[in-house]
Amino acid sequence: MQLTEKHQEYWRKNLVYTAILLFVWFLVTFVEAWYARQLNQITFFGWPLGFWFSAQGSLAIYVVIIGVYAWLMGKLDKEYQVDEGDLE
Amino acid sequence: MSSQAFSHAEFNRQLKKNYSWYTGGFILFILALAAAEQMGMSRQWIGYWFLFATIGLYAGIGIMSRTSEVAEYYVAGRRVPAFFNGMATGADWMSAASFIAMAGGLFIGGFDGLAWVMGWTGGYCLVALFLAPYLRKFGQFTIPDFLAERYGGNIVRTIGIISAITCSFVYVVAQIYGVGLITSRFTGLEFGVGVFVGLGGILVCSMLGGMRAVTWTQVAQYIILIIAYLTPVVWLGIKHTGVPVPQLAYGYTLQKVGELEKKITADPKEQEVRKIFADRAAAGREALKDPAKAHAEGKASVDKAVADAKASGDAARLAAAEKAQAAYPTSVAAATSTYRREAGLAARAAPPRVHAEAYPGKDEKTRDTARLNFIGIVFCMMFGTAALPHILMRYYTTPSVQQARVSVFWSLFFIFLLYFTAPCLAVLAKFDMYTNLVGSSFASLPAWAANWAKVDPSLLNITDINKDGIVQWAEVVIGQDLIVLSTPEIAGLPYVVSGLVAAGGLAAALSTADGLLLTISNALSHDLYYKMIDPTASTSKRVTISKVLLVVVAIVAAWVTSFKPGDILFLVGAAFSLAASAFFPALVIGVFWKRATKWGAIIGMAVGLGICIYYMLRTYPFFTNMGVPKMDLWFGLNPVSAGMFGLPAGLLTIIVVSLLTPAPSKEVQDLVEHVRYPHLKGDTLVSEAR
Repeated sequence: MQLTEKHQEYWRKNLVYTAILLFVWFLVTFVEAWYARQLNQITFFGWPLGFWFSAQGSLAIYVVIIGVYAWLMGKLDKEYQVDEGDLE
Repeated sequence: MSSQAFSHAEFNRQLKKNYSWYTGGFILFILALAAAEQMGMSRQWIGYWFLFATIGLYAGIGIMSRTSEVAEYYVAGRRVPAFFNGMATGADWMSAASFIAMAGGLFIGGFDGLAWVMGWTGGYCLVALFLAPYLRKFGQFTIPDFLAERYGGNIVRTIGIISAITCSFVYVVAQIYGVGLITSRFTGLEFGVGVFVGLGGILVCSMLGGMRAVTWTQVAQYIILIIAYLTPVVWLGIKHTGVPVPQLAYGYTLQKVGELEKKITADPKEQEVRKIFADRAAAGREALKDPAKAHAEGKASVDKAVADAKASGDAARLAAAEKAQAAYPTSVAAATSTYRREAGLAARAAPPRVHAEAYPGKDEKTRDTARLNFIGIVFCMMFGTAALPHILMRYYTTPSVQQARVSVFWSLFFIFLLYFTAPCLAVLAKFDMYTNLVGSSFASLPAWAANWAKVDPSLLNITDINKDGIVQWAEVVIGQDLIVLSTPEIAGLPYVVSGLVAAGGLAAALSTADGLLLTISNALSHDLYYKMIDPTASTSKRVTISKVLLVVVAIVAAWVTSFKPGDILFLVGAAFSLAASAFFPALVIGVFWKRATKWGAIIGMAVGLGICIYYMLRTYPFFTNMGVPKMDLWFGLNPVSAGMFGLPAGLLTIIVVSLLTPAPSKEVQDLVEHVRYPHLKGDTLVSEAR
């Protein structure tokens, strides 16, 4: 079938969301791990900061990334009327 | 649509009610056993109760969910709500290794062990952003299905089948091994019998009801495993931090651990023990230079000791000298292995590693290599996660695309609960051992330590090396599995909690094994048999064949397990690297780039897989010892992270070859557009299989 201009826009926005969230993921994973020794110089509620990120901070951010993506896309689906109705 | 929506909501409510009752019932069951223990029930019977009650429960759910409908059997009827699919994925994901060995790995490895924690959670971001919603919209039954439909042709499907079976089979062997270990440890049954009992548990869950039965047992198994993991940690946390959520408060405990490490490093008695190890290691190395000479000299000296003792007329001295003479290795070969063992003691001559320190090393170069390997593991585990068929398959089972997205969120949330607890448990256990075990006298070891050292010296070995009667940290050797298994006793909890932990470990191993076996038998029955050999097969025949194959694969896996193949951790890591190299680029690029072609995918998958296997073959000692020519590590990266070369190579190949071959047909491009939108009005392409 032929996609409309609006459909293209939906897909572009999806790509933008994906790219932004992927950047956050990259930051708290690889950049964090690369500088872990330097981050460990900082103390955060008793933890060396690098350790804290790798043991729980980054993990919690992963959960948030996925939650935000699901929420944003749910909204976007409705806005561009490509949603599937109320399938609870 | 509205009546369907109503039935989905109704179904969801019913599920919540059922599983709340179930959780309450399980807690009552634990309390009842705790009371029975107080009244004198033996440990062995508590073990039996946990083993048979939980396996019986899974069997009950499995039998109630039996089905012979194709959509029910392969994808649970596509009506698993996001929340429950998340729990099922959590159980599917967390294996015996996550449950039993991970905290121990963190205990031993300190910061560097966190690579596994990050890798095995962060991969879900890739699942959510790149795969789950699109696979759900595509709506077939297996992962090779998607590859075959997107790229066309049986070559792609065949590569898909082979990759899916290879990585799943390696993984399932590790799970069955875990089942055998847990049942034998907690009930006293033999390892072989334990494997058999566990196998029965796995089969009753998955055989009769396929994905439908596996889904609902996995939800039940998740509830058991998370209760089992958190209970002792919360207790230990209250003991050491005073807070019932120790995950949020163990930072200060970690600080104290750091101070105790400094103390242990500086302690003269500790240094004395380490010196003994260093000397023995040096002597061993020296002897290895010329084992024959060392053996002859040693022999001469024990013979001389006997002669001297005879001359002195001291009976006790003579007896001791003769005992040493009898124990002396008779051959040079036997002596050489002793020397090797002694030389290996060098590892125990080092001071304790600083738990929180990232990438320790003697110079900048070793530290950089350690960092690269940390990142390599994170990379391969993440992309491997996003390419393992038994996980991706789970997102075919939700009612809608949006539910698939939400379901990834719940999946990672439920996995997160365990994974952010493991590093905490490692620190708390270390603190407890540094304060209560180190410095205690050998005559009065803490009860748990005395028990475990007696039960299994490979898990805990304490020897008084410097003969001062006091435990030094350097005298303690701890096996990975000890930490989780002994936590209930360290925390001073009744035995019933130990039984609970065993039931949790069993649930973790069984649930993962179920998902993996189903993946393998589906790849064989659906992709190989139905799609390639006999496309006219009736639905009931397909399901029957799948059930038969499931049993066959399970028995083959158990048979392989009975050989106790070594180095399971490497095999599991390798499965991730292989999956990342073979599947990830083709799957993701298939959705995000319409121009990707059939030959791009075929050659790309082959190149990714090939480079990954090549690197492992040429660098992993197991293969190089068998005669494969050895090669230097590239950039010092360990063989387990071979995917770090395989994945980019595969991705690049797909792009280059795709650009060199003609663009895919209009139908394929339509399919790509079809999967990108959850719902298109007037879309004539209905791919969803029923």
